[in-house]
Amino acid sequence: MNTERRVSGARRLALAPVAGLAAVAMLVAACGSNASSGKSGSGSGGSGGSGALTASAPGITSTTITIGSHQPLTGIAAPGYDEIAPASNAYFQYLNAHGGIYGRKIDYKYLNDQYNPSLTASVVRQLVLKDNVYAIFDGLGTPTHLAVAPFLNSEKVPDVFVASGCECWNDPAKLPETFGWQLDYVREGKILGQYVKDHFKGKKIGFFYQDDEFGQDGVKGLDDEIPAKQIVAKEAYDPTNTTIGPLVAKLKAAGAQVVVSFSVPAFTALLKLNALGLSFNPQLVVSDVGSDPITLAGLLQAFAAKAHHKVDGNLLTQGIITDGYLPSLGSASNSWIQLFTKIHNQYIPKLPMDGNVEFGMAVAYTFAEAMFKAGRNPTRQDLISAISGGLSQGVSVAPYAYSASDHNGITGAYMAMISGGKLVPTGPVLVTDTSPTGAITPFTTTPPAAPSTGIPPH
Amino acid sequence: MTLVKHLGAAVVAGLVLLLLSYKLGSYRDYQLAEVAAYVVAVGGLTVLIGVSGQLSIGQGAFMAIGGYAGALLMIHLAWPLELVLLASAVISAAAGAVVGVAAARLRGPYLAGATLLLAVALPSIADRYQGVFGGDQGLNVTVNVPGFLGTSFQLTQWLAWVCCAAALITLVLLANLVRSGIGRAWRAVRDDEVAAALAGLNVARLQVLAFVISAACAGLGGALLAIVTANVSPGGYTLSLSIGLLTAAVLGGLGSLAGAVWGSLLLVLVPSFLTDFANSHGLSGAASSSVPIAAYGLVLIVVMLAFPAGIQGGLRRLLGLAAPAGPAQLPGLPSLPRLSSLRRNAPARDTKEKGTTS
Repeated sequence: MNTERRVSGARRLALAPVAGLAAVAMLVAACGSNASSGKSGSGSGGSGGSGALTASAPGITSTTITIGSHQPLTGIAAPGYDEIAPASNAYFQYLNAHGGIYGRKIDYKYLNDQYNPSLTASVVRQLVLKDNVYAIFDGLGTPTHLAVAPFLNSEKVPDVFVASGCECWNDPAKLPETFGWQLDYVREGKILGQYVKDHFKGKKIGFFYQDDEFGQDGVKGLDDEIPAKQIVAKEAYDPTNTTIGPLVAKLKAAGAQVVVSFSVPAFTALLKLNALGLSFNPQLVVSDVGSDPITLAGLLQAFAAKAHHKVDGNLLTQGIITDGYLPSLGSASNSWIQLFTKIHNQYIPKLPMDGNVEFGMAVAYTFAEAMFKAGRNPTRQDLISAISGGLSQGVSVAPYAYSASDHNGITGAYMAMISGGKLVPTGPVLVTDTSPTGAITPFTTTPPAAPSTGIPPH
Repeated sequence: MTLVKHLGAAVVAGLVLLLLSYKLGSYRDYQLAEVAAYVVAVGGLTVLIGVSGQLSIGQGAFMAIGGYAGALLMIHLAWPLELVLLASAVISAAAGAVVGVAAARLRGPYLAGATLLLAVALPSIADRYQGVFGGDQGLNVTVNVPGFLGTSFQLTQWLAWVCCAAALITLVLLANLVRSGIGRAWRAVRDDEVAAALAGLNVARLQVLAFVISAACAGLGGALLAIVTANVSPGGYTLSLSIGLLTAAVLGGLGSLAGAVWGSLLLVLVPSFLTDFANSHGLSGAASSSVPIAAYGLVLIVVMLAFPAGIQGGLRRLLGLAAPAGPAQLPGLPSLPRLSSLRRNAPARDTKEKGTTS
């Protein structure tokens, strides 16, 4: 009897599959007509004179500037990083409430890519092709953003202030639309490497890093500074595999006394916990991206709780050496920290006031600065030209590298140590370049204070 | 005769799609291309499960093989697109043959387990051999609009053409295959292996053949998806892709090629629609990323309750009530083929094995 029912399958209309595909197409078409209505520029027409605000570019209307981003809101990179886009958005809300960009409000759409490059490819296409964003802003992650940078450049969509320090964003010939922002990993590796070379003479050094261009760039910078004979192990982790016990065991077996880590926060926490489990207690030196004290303490406690252990996160992060390229959150008198704390308390009081929130607001501030510079009725190219023409130092502790031939952002950082759950600067701001031999020099100019309005001067 | 009918329908559908690709915006063209790429993979899977009766949870792994093969051929050898697509299908089919030989000896849940293993394990090879496969960040693939279309022609529209053409060709081939002697033999094997063997059919060979064809489809689908998203990375071929393809085949209606189209449509459009919905209703990040998953599950349950034979089965039932239909199509219990018979077959497998092999 089963047989009979199955045989019936063969009797179906031969045309069915093909008709089905055609029907699909109609359905897609129907959706298309709904979704695209009202999306394209509905500017008030008129000329691009200094008076009227016009729909001067895709994503820009007389009242709004729509920008998009891909962010890890869930998944392995989410802890900590999921605060960045809400923090940027909080700054934009503050900006919108205080006059916006020449009267236009910023509409920031960030979609979840789970730190998964194939999802990044699809959400960014949605933002560009469907939501018609003016620019992609602060797209987060090296492996993720690498999957979309060629697409954004071929579509001529400004791809600004990628939330990744990969040197790969500095490629004006191939990626003219793409700009980095945060301290790139090569510079950071050099600054961390010099510190390690000077402070841990003759000690055995191990590297722990993410196995992609993020970690590899960092290692490049470290190798420029740390003598090869001191390096006893280089262990790379894969961000989709949280079983890093064997890697940590190798670092221990090699006798590493100092471990330099280019890792996202979750893997810094895993490194610490795995080392504890092996009674392995090297001095940790961690890249800025993986060392936010509040995020780390939370992760350490959460991971330990999963294994039914109770730990004090702040105790475990005590003494971690890292660097910082934004003002230290601990300096309550810093005008930038005061500004960001005010915005934090007003718009996103539920999030911790940590390094991720500071990062999100700082990069949003920089975007506002660039947009003001791009003019009243900017085209997409105007934004690119504005940044290529150089941005004045704002919230960062060191100047930007931006020029027509350099798409890197912040050029320096200060060394710091985590103490009592806070980042405490331990040295002056150091600036350098990305070449293997480029000198690392102190930067002594006093950084500018935050504008009293909280809005970039224009 | 059937071939002519299928070809005619394909030409009509092709013309409709061609016109539509002009009407649709870039993003809808992109989604159309995605749907078409999934149609190819799900089409192969629905034939494998619904017609030949072998359950596979590893279709995503074969898509990965096709996707990476296509990307590597384009990057290192710069082959023309049509050759790349063909080669991806062939390479994936070869892998399917190897797995198929093992699969032909396994039944029901054991086969599902083995293919599940493939879906879980294969993507990590890309992390293991970084130099070749680019590790977690994968490989970027660039496809350009051919010169004769002019420089202002949208890439997404061109990709939609390529994918829809590939999907139509695949559907025509599969539809003819299913209605050929091989298709009848598959159904005989599916319904009763012992009887099929006694009737002189080479059961193992037929099963391997189904696996090879399904893998070829997955490979082609994977290569198409790779050029559409311009990227192949392990994150694109996780277990959830394999489960998603299986879901699409079941939702659409197992064994039905039109069902594969419905299923692929759901696979692409439902999550995108739900994410938009969640975002436009001001849900927070974490909530808006969980809602689509939850709602997708809900859609799945509702469709399965309302149309146990999938969407195509349900449509056929509705149409069947209106028009005179053969007795086999009328009953309220449509052909829910595998699941029930899996349960029946699995424990009794030992005795059957002796009967069918050799």
